Amino acid sequence: MNTRKIEIAVGCFVAIAIGAFLILALKVANTGFAGSGETYTLYADFENIGGLKTRSPIKVGGVVVGRVASIELDKTFYTPRVRLEISKQYDNFPETSSVVILTSGLLGEQYLGIQPGFIDETVHILQDGDVIEDTRSAMVLEELIGQFLFNRN
Amino acid sequence: MERILSDLMVDIQNLTFSRGERLIYDGMSMQVKRGQVTAIMGPSGIGKTTLLKLIGGQLKPERGDILYQGRSIPKMSRAELYQTRKSMSMLFQSGALFSEMTVFDNVAFPIREHTKLPETLIRTMVLMKLEAVGLRGARDLMPSELSGGMARRAALARAIALDPELIMYDEPFAGQDPISMGIVVKLIRELNNALGLTSIVVSHDVPEVMSIADYVYVVAEKHVIGEGTPEQLRQHASPLVQQFLKGEADGAVPFHFKAAPYADELMELL
Amino acid sequence: MFVDRLQRLGANTIQTVAGLGRATLMLMGAVFGKPDVRKGFPLLIKQLYVVGVLSLLIIVVSGLFIGMVLGLQGYTVLVKFGAEGMLGPLVALSLLRELGPVVTALLFAGRAGSALTAEIGLMKATEQISSMEMMAVDPLRRIIAPRFWAGVISMPLLAVVFTAVGILGGHLVGVDWLGVDAGSYWSAMQANVDLYQDVFNGIIKSIVFAFVVMAIALHKGFDAVPTSEGIAKATTETVVTASLAVLAFDFVLTALMFGG
Repeated sequence: MNTRKIEIAVGCFVAIAIGAFLILALKVANTGFAGSGETYTLYADFENIGGLKTRSPIKVGGVVVGRVASIELDKTFYTPRVRLEISKQYDNFPETSSVVILTSGLLGEQYLGIQPGFIDETVHILQDGDVIEDTRSAMVLEELIGQFLFNRN
Repeated sequence: MERILSDLMVDIQNLTFSRGERLIYDGMSMQVKRGQVTAIMGPSGIGKTTLLKLIGGQLKPERGDILYQGRSIPKMSRAELYQTRKSMSMLFQSGALFSEMTVFDNVAFPIREHTKLPETLIRTMVLMKLEAVGLRGARDLMPSELSGGMARRAALARAIALDPELIMYDEPFAGQDPISMGIVVKLIRELNNALGLTSIVVSHDVPEVMSIADYVYVVAEKHVIGEGTPEQLRQHASPLVQQFLKGEADGAVPFHFKAAPYADELMELL
Repeated sequence: MFVDRLQRLGANTIQTVAGLGRATLMLMGAVFGKPDVRKGFPLLIKQLYVVGVLSLLIIVVSGLFIGMVLGLQGYTVLVKFGAEGMLGPLVALSLLRELGPVVTALLFAGRAGSALTAEIGLMKATEQISSMEMMAVDPLRRIIAPRFWAGVISMPLLAVVFTAVGILGGHLVGVDWLGVDAGSYWSAMQANVDLYQDVFNGIIKSIVFAFVVMAIALHKGFDAVPTSEGIAKATTETVVTASLAVLAFDFVLTALMFGG
């Protein structure tokens, strides 16, 4: 086997590996908004975030518009504060919008849903760093069952 | 012994070396003179190859010193040792050709490693060396395609590729048919004369060694038991030397390995 | 009796530590030795061919079969919960996090590792290494280093290929044969696989495994008793030690990466 053939074979090998890596990176993994495009940040306070996690998706009508960047506990009110990273593409949510923690399917993972609100002259558009006031917490199964039993009585 | 220092290529002084528990050399001394073929003979298993590795610096002696052109091999740093090895060369018993390269590349290997010569010049040099051992036609063969004798000649071409000052032959005659043996004997003598080499031949093939050596050491039982020119050795008084030279089965070196008396051991079974 | 055992334990410990020390020194020599780009690069390419390209076929075939088995097994379990839509993440995560790096390392130890040990052992037995030293060429730099780096480069590449082929194999069985929806196979996968957490961690694992396997294979070859039994023993030891070391390191790495 001469040098040229070996070099070509090694070149093919590396090319195949790079191709495989691209498949993994682009088709298999969720590169999401981590590196693609610019984002802006919004905050939302919840009473209970349930099973929401960092990097959970944020959806509007089922379309992913961003990701949960971080979840912290507010030290004064002891309520969780969620930092939302939303793609610059979707930068006109009015301040009347609401955020809900939803669950995909009965046992599926939890995600954030944004319900865009109405717009008129008095309503501002949410800017980078604003807080969404209208939030609805996660449904916690135990509380639901408790309510159900209470209502029966 | 009144020898001029520069006259000595290798000077082994009171060498003591043991491998594991086994003592191989105990205060042995010998000298190799520049430009001569010096032979070291002795029965198998006395560590003749070990001696060459000691001279090459691959092993370190426990006591004693090995001077190569007046400089101590065991005391050299790694870098100095590597520098020194460029002027010596060793022909291994198996040839030790690199199995992944052709004969040509094997001979070119030391030149490519140690010089930055252009490829055309390397080609000329390699062909010259191969011509010297009569293998110019076999340059594109792989080592596995060579016969034992041809492999050793190819290895010899590689050993002289950089024109060393000292060349060490490890059992160059072992396992060769008479014709290849004759070729090797001729090559060693001719190279020594033509290139002004100093040669050390380690062997137990008495007639071949006696025919080419200028000076012979017979080593046995951790010491030099006899030395001299081939002529002097034939007249040597030691019965051990005589037994070795004549190849007698029994004598000063007993035929039997050290054992309890035969009769006693037979009786034990009963 | 007890003292004898104790002595044997001590002797074994000393031997093991000495072996580790020799391996480390050798590795240091090979890795941190001054590289010579002009002479080193062609050697590296040649070894990449021997170690990497020639392992590609076995990696692709095994990856395909393991992916297909994962697809089949995963489907039969998931379909009971009506969750066959999660087949994509199941196949992808098991391959990316565990099977890709680990199985590649095991196959690599068996194919390339044992071959390297045997090759170097044989070089030693036929005095090629000794003769190289006598030619004032450092065998660590000339023989060990290119093989080591070729292994360290090849293994992650092979693991990535293995994983990608495995995911396609899972697709073949799950989607094309058992009828999972192709869209949900990929989208559920994308929703659950994270580039850093899963893909990069898998690659880091396989780089670590490459160091472990190559160090063991080369050291066993270099330290082999230069006889045919010695080489056979060293080759077996390479496969056994390297496989066990890979599994042990896998546990440690998994605990560090996904355990916390």
